[in-house]
Amino acid sequence: MSALLPLMVALPLGAAALAVIFGRWRRLQWVIAVVTIGLTLAMAVVILIEVDHDGTLRANLGGWPGRIAISMVADRLAAIMLVLGAAMLFAVLIYALGQEGVDARSPWYVPAYLVLSAGISAAFLAGDLFNLFVAFEILLMASYVLITMEGNDAQIRAGTTYVVINVVESLLLFLAVGLTFAATGTLSMSVLPERIAGLPVGVAIGLNMMLLLAFGLKAAVFPLFSWLPDSYPAALSPVSAVFAGLLTKVGVYAMIRTETLLFPGGQRTLLLVIAGITMVIGGLGALAQVDMKRILSFHIVSQIGYMVAGLALGGVAALAATVFFVIHQIPTKTALFLVEGIVENDTGTSALDRVGGLARRSGLFAVLFLIPALSLAGIPPFSGFVAKVGIIEAGFSGADWVIVGVALLASLLTLVSMVKIWTGVFWGDPQPHPRGRVGLVRHHRVMGGVTAVTVAACLAIAIAAGPIWDFCERTASQLVSTQDYGKEGSR
Amino acid sequence: MSVVVALLVGVLASVGTWLILQHTLTRVVLGLGLFANAANLLVLAAGGPPAEAPIIGRDGPFNDPVPQALVLTSIVIGLAVITFLLAVAYRSWTIDGNDQVEDDIEDRRLAAEERARKGTRG
Repeated sequence: MSALLPLMVALPLGAAALAVIFGRWRRLQWVIAVVTIGLTLAMAVVILIEVDHDGTLRANLGGWPGRIAISMVADRLAAIMLVLGAAMLFAVLIYALGQEGVDARSPWYVPAYLVLSAGISAAFLAGDLFNLFVAFEILLMASYVLITMEGNDAQIRAGTTYVVINVVESLLLFLAVGLTFAATGTLSMSVLPERIAGLPVGVAIGLNMMLLLAFGLKAAVFPLFSWLPDSYPAALSPVSAVFAGLLTKVGVYAMIRTETLLFPGGQRTLLLVIAGITMVIGGLGALAQVDMKRILSFHIVSQIGYMVAGLALGGVAALAATVFFVIHQIPTKTALFLVEGIVENDTGTSALDRVGGLARRSGLFAVLFLIPALSLAGIPPFSGFVAKVGIIEAGFSGADWVIVGVALLASLLTLVSMVKIWTGVFWGDPQPHPRGRVGLVRHHRVMGGVTAVTVAACLAIAIAAGPIWDFCERTASQLVSTQDYGKEGSR
Repeated sequence: MSVVVALLVGVLASVGTWLILQHTLTRVVLGLGLFANAANLLVLAAGGPPAEAPIIGRDGPFNDPVPQALVLTSIVIGLAVITFLLAVAYRSWTIDGNDQVEDDIEDRRLAAEERARKGTRG
């Protein structure tokens, strides 16, 4: 069964090569992509079921013994992230197929997308720090290509910021990895915890800080977030949907690994402060914007704050809430960007003052926005409410009143900026439109359909919150018992 | 020896940082290149003093090959990234005739409003 782990990376990479070879036949490229990402989704589900039932999977590549081999490890957290990642990549791929002008798109779109998929899977599965670095590089390289896909003025400007920031992040991560090796003599994440525990306190804090700096840049936490709202809105809307849903979460995933496995409980206060400021700054930033895509981009930042808060609070309950938050966040955020993509595709803009009256044109479409929007703000009975209650409860039980207050305040800010989108885009008189008052979903069947399925997934998370919460608690207890991560004994 | 390497790392890193903070993309690219080399040298130096190549049949003391493998990977990645950035810089030059790293459009709009309010030209 552990043979599936390398396949999660190798299959999309091989398919990317095929897609480059068949660059002239766009239809064939899309078929390759749909089949490949569909297969990775199926494999990810199999891995998740297997891991949840029978414990952590481990694959030592090339048959080398564990200490020398490049190893891939899937525990519960990695497995659920794999499933969410593959599911969102699949949904957005189908969505992109439904866009107008899909055949006119660059032949490099599909290969880059497949490489991105390989990189994301590799990051979740990496069993040692250096592979994590390489996986980050794979997904970053693909994301550089995707963000500058059309090569127009806005994309080049945004892409420059994005690439430079991420190259700096990679260099910091590389430095951190190299110094960790120098200090401990190993990079394997199953051996590192005991070696790090034996290090002098100062060295351990230094390594911890360097890793946090690198992953924090990727996750866009305060004060390292300002590149995100500048660069994401410039990309094609399916691309920004994937970036918004997944890429920052890869950073969060790496932060969770660092803070639970390598440096357990190391930086509680620092992380709490960062989390609180991230939530509020993201919310305030969203309030100041007048463009739907930019408001949503600031929400990404704000929501990252909640995940970091859960991680900082520590303990099984808070970590379970964090995992639940990630599970809720990925489809919800993707759904919002998919809705935004339809708005932009239909009206040609996402500026609040140039769009209006969409609720009158299509009630169904308004509902498709409203559900993830309210969920993101944490209104019951949606999944965001369950996720936030989990984190706030963890804050109460530890008597961390400040973070509880800040989290509630930031929820309010999120809600207010969602109302801003609602009044700007959905209320008011419809703008004169060449197609008259045709329903939006009827006119963009594929895109509307995919968005509806994603929103349905968000609702399903709320409905199945009980079983999912149980799974999150199992995940969290696995995260807390660090000796469980990919030891030689596990398969 | 290691003092020289340490100094070199420091100089490369500081010059690299200074260049990354410039407003011209070509300088930023050069800065990233220098900074990457600083990182590579640092990791190489962290691998310990020079010693025999770790091949079966030779006598020790051996050098640790892992940092060298890390540096090799990093050099390859650095090459790819810098090539990509140069392509972006060229594209930026074909679009508007320079390779300035420009401010974000929304930031510029806000700054313009601010200037209009003050009634001065920035």
